[in-house]
Order: sequence, then structure tokens, then C-alpha cells
Amino acid sequence: MDFGVVVASHGKWEVLTVTGEIDMATAPRFRQRLQSIVNAGAQYVVLDLSGVDFVDSTGLGVLMGAAKRVRSAGGDIRLVMTGARLAGLVQLTRLDRVLDVFDSVAAATEGDAL
Amino acid sequence: MSSAATSIDFQIPPRPEYLSLVRSLVVEAARMETGLSREQTEDFKVAVSEATTNAIEAHARACSDESIQIRCTVSADRIEFHITDKGFGFYPDQVQELPEPDDPSRLNFERGLGLYLMRVLADEFVIRSGPHGTEASLALNRA
Repeated sequence: MDFGVVVASHGKWEVLTVTGEIDMATAPRFRQRLQSIVNAGAQYVVLDLSGVDFVDSTGLGVLMGAAKRVRSAGGDIRLVMTGARLAGLVQLTRLDRVLDVFDSVAAATEGDAL
Repeated sequence: MSSAATSIDFQIPPRPEYLSLVRSLVVEAARMETGLSREQTEDFKVAVSEATTNAIEAHARACSDESIQIRCTVSADRIEFHITDKGFGFYPDQVQELPEPDDPSRLNFERGLGLYLMRVLADEFVIRSGPHGTEASLALNRA
């Protein structure tokens, strides 16, 4: 599936629905899109990765960079993953300890409590 | 398929858009009666993609347009990928260690997970490196 990002607002959250593969070929576009949204003032960001077919360390690096930028601006970032593959990779690299992971956009955007 | 191993050699230009093709080759090779599970194949796909990414980056650092060499060997119970670049060499012992996951500074490290993923997602992982290039060898065995 081709890489793509669709942005929609859910209350205070900007939800980025990502599809396709995130690797060295697509990571620059993903990083640039995230950066432009944060630069435009988005403080609360949800990355819906349910439609992502493949992520490698380059893609995980983009997620970490996004978390750093959003949090350093005083905001919050949450990930949505429904597939076992990506969730397993995040657990394997123990990034679930520094990134907040949810199983649906509804769960990620409801309230402020984790 | 007989128990004899079959090797296929191919080359890719050192460009990121070819990563997806290499991953497709992993999937197709695993389908050749290797007895590998889908989960194993998906893990191995990540490992091979990491090795190929490193090779592409090595050629970029060396300003080399030469092709990256990939050898795929398939047997009845095992699949191997050997990715060879002509970069300046890679020295695993010089890789900076990442902070522990609970350390907030962990987010400052957007890179550095590739080697770890190759190590844990392949059954065998060997790097041979020198000033004229690197060969990453990865293997996956039938469970």
C-alpha cells in the first residue's frame, strides 16, 4: 500500500491516520508532515498506525522524534496500534515505555487520563 | 523442492525505494517450501530491511552509486540473506549504546535500533566489515 497521511481534528487532538510502509524511503515524508503539523501549533497529536503495513527502525525513529518535539513544546502524543506486528515491534524495542500506546482512536482521544 | 540449497544473486541500486522490493523477495523466498511461519517471515523481513538500509546508507556516505549485492539462499528448512555493500566499513563495537528505555533521554536517539533488531529477529546474524565494505549475513531456520 502506498504511504499516506490523512489529518483530522478530534477535539483538541490532531489525528494523523497513517497508511502504508514507514521505512527509509517514506520516513522523510512522514517526518516532514509531522513537523509541519507541530509547527502549525498542534500540541496534542494522535498517530493512528492501524493501517501501517510495515515499520522498521527508521520508522520507529520518526515516532521517537515526534514524541520528543511534541512533548518539548508542552504537548502530548499518543499512538494507536491495532495489529500485533507493530505492537510487538514497539514492545520488543521497549519503546512502549516512552510512548503511550492505545488500541483505538476513541481510547486515545477520550479524556486526559492515560 | 529438494533438500539442496538454491542461491539467487541480485543487485539493487543504493536507493531507499528498492527496500520494498527486497522485502518482497524475503516473502517470496520464504514461500519456497521452507516451512517458515508467517510470523517468522515478518520478523525476518524487518531484519533484512535493516541490513539493506544500512547498506544504502553506507553507499550514501561513500558517495557511491555502485549496486548493493544481495544473495538469497533457500533450502528446505532455512533461508539466508547476505547483503554486501562497498561503503567505508561498519564497526559494531563503536556503536553508541542507547539509554535504558525508562530514561527520558531515550527519545533523543532516533537511530541505533537497527543492529538490535537484526540481532533479535534473525536466528543467525553476522557482520563482516572492513575499509572496503560490509557484509551482513542473516539466517532464519524452520522452527
